[in-house]
Amino acid sequence: MSKFSFSRLKPGEHRITGVLLVLFFTALGVIVLLPFISIVVTSLKDSGMVIRNGFNLNISAETFTLENYKYLFTGGDHNYFIWFRNSIFLTVVQTALTLFISSWVGYGFAFYEFKGKTLIFICVLIVMMIPFEILMLPMYREIIAMKLNNTYLGIMLPFLAHPIAIFFFRQFLQSIPKEIVDAGRIDGCSEYGIFLRLIMPIMKPAFAAMGIYIGMMSWNNFIWPLLVLTDTKMFTLPIGLTSLMGPYGNNYMLLISGAVMTILPIMVLFFIAQRFFIEGMSTGSVKG
Amino acid sequence: MKIKINSQKVAPYIFVLPFVLIFLVFFVYSIGSTIVMSFQSVKIGDIQFIGLDNYRMLLNNSDFPIAIRNTLIYTVLTLLLLIPFPLTFAVMLNSKSMRASGLYRAALFMPLLCSVVVAGLTFRFMFNETNASLVNSVIINLFGGEKVRWLSLQWPAMIVMVTLASWRWTGINIIYFLSGLNSIPVELYEACEIDGANTWQRFRYLTIPMLKPTIIYLLTISIYGGLAMFAESQMLWAGKSSPHNIGLTIVGLIYKNGISQGQLGLASAIGLILLVVVLSTNLVQLKLTGGLKKESK
Repeated sequence: MSKFSFSRLKPGEHRITGVLLVLFFTALGVIVLLPFISIVVTSLKDSGMVIRNGFNLNISAETFTLENYKYLFTGGDHNYFIWFRNSIFLTVVQTALTLFISSWVGYGFAFYEFKGKTLIFICVLIVMMIPFEILMLPMYREIIAMKLNNTYLGIMLPFLAHPIAIFFFRQFLQSIPKEIVDAGRIDGCSEYGIFLRLIMPIMKPAFAAMGIYIGMMSWNNFIWPLLVLTDTKMFTLPIGLTSLMGPYGNNYMLLISGAVMTILPIMVLFFIAQRFFIEGMSTGSVKG
Repeated sequence: MKIKINSQKVAPYIFVLPFVLIFLVFFVYSIGSTIVMSFQSVKIGDIQFIGLDNYRMLLNNSDFPIAIRNTLIYTVLTLLLLIPFPLTFAVMLNSKSMRASGLYRAALFMPLLCSVVVAGLTFRFMFNETNASLVNSVIINLFGGEKVRWLSLQWPAMIVMVTLASWRWTGINIIYFLSGLNSIPVELYEACEIDGANTWQRFRYLTIPMLKPTIIYLLTISIYGGLAMFAESQMLWAGKSSPHNIGLTIVGLIYKNGISQGQLGLASAIGLILLVVVLSTNLVQLKLTGGLKKESK
């Protein structure tokens, strides 16, 4: 740890800088949390006020109501919990498959020398460098041609060998001594058995970090599922919430309370495993 | 001849096969078809080669310069905000006098947990055009100004988009800078102190050069993120087109032409132009900052 910049200060000055820093970051922290506070406050008021007033922090005993949440949990005629279940399902399956396939590929790059290796690895880097948004239309047409539109496979398939994950796993595996693989061969393991039985168990920390990154991406994924999914019953939470803002229904009751309930599970997970989240999200390097 | 699946010659290809297949089927094909379609007029059941007509049409398309202007302004502003400020905040959080920095780091990180849908929705209503919305009521009560029609005017709308981006990405950029700062050996700072360098000199001549890889990396991904921005503006205007296209970005224009109007040829031409712009901007950036030298090592 390189703690440095104010080290030449006298103890008194030290304390003053410390107080100023804490004040500054408290103010900054409050500003950063304002959007969360404002949506939670608004979710506890009559939803009619959203259109009239937007989000603000005013709430009183007269305006306080749990109607939105009551409608969300017992209102019946909406698909929110179907979307919630879909989101959980898609996130879990996509994360598990992406981790497995990407580590499988990363292992190939880390532990073997073969013809074309550099070229193929350059292709991994190229995929990292092309914004997906540019390719979404032709990719969408392909998914339709494969009859995978409106399926979760169609959402997952193009990203199962995830370039960032491959890159990260390759990096991680390069630090593992090659002797493990040789020992496995002597013991009669097949090339694939070595990966499945010897290597995968040591990759747990890498899976944890990348799992948080891929999981967050999948849970919050928006544009691609928006294209692929057409059936309301198949929607994930982000797509479902967006549909509530559509031209046919401005269902703010459900929209605001539903949005709060979308962030809540991640917040809880974040407070339980904060360190892993921060590590995980900083390993997954590209913004998405 | 029988191929032995389990030989050390064949196994590596089986390992990289999933990537190669997905790369060929989805990425090579998509890039190829973007290039081809950009020279075609694509309508259902009727594909015609029209040469450079799509590109000519773009020159006369009044949306195109607006989309380019918005995207460029957005990218430049996010670069100006999302590198110097997170760097400064990271240095401050890392200072010896700072207490409970983990708590503040966590708070600044939290927006990242929020999907663009919820973030966009929240900002849309915080910057609502009524007197009572959070931002307008602060402006009216504190500064006595008038309410701002945030999402109807060009520059206010740009401020909302850039604020949204800053809110979402400041935290993670701070984390990147913090991990960069922690990899600088303490001895270097001690040596500087012995040489009599003051705080600013140490920051300027030691911290910044040592953080150069992090800065180059953040420049690269911010340029990609900025030039490919779409979801944020889609959410701020609830999927509708923004008044006078104040929120229209290049990718937004691809979406509008390709999905809403079915003009795949035109959309492909825009996509190809954007691809060239993105790649060349970053090549120039990497060349200027010396980022390419590092990579070739």
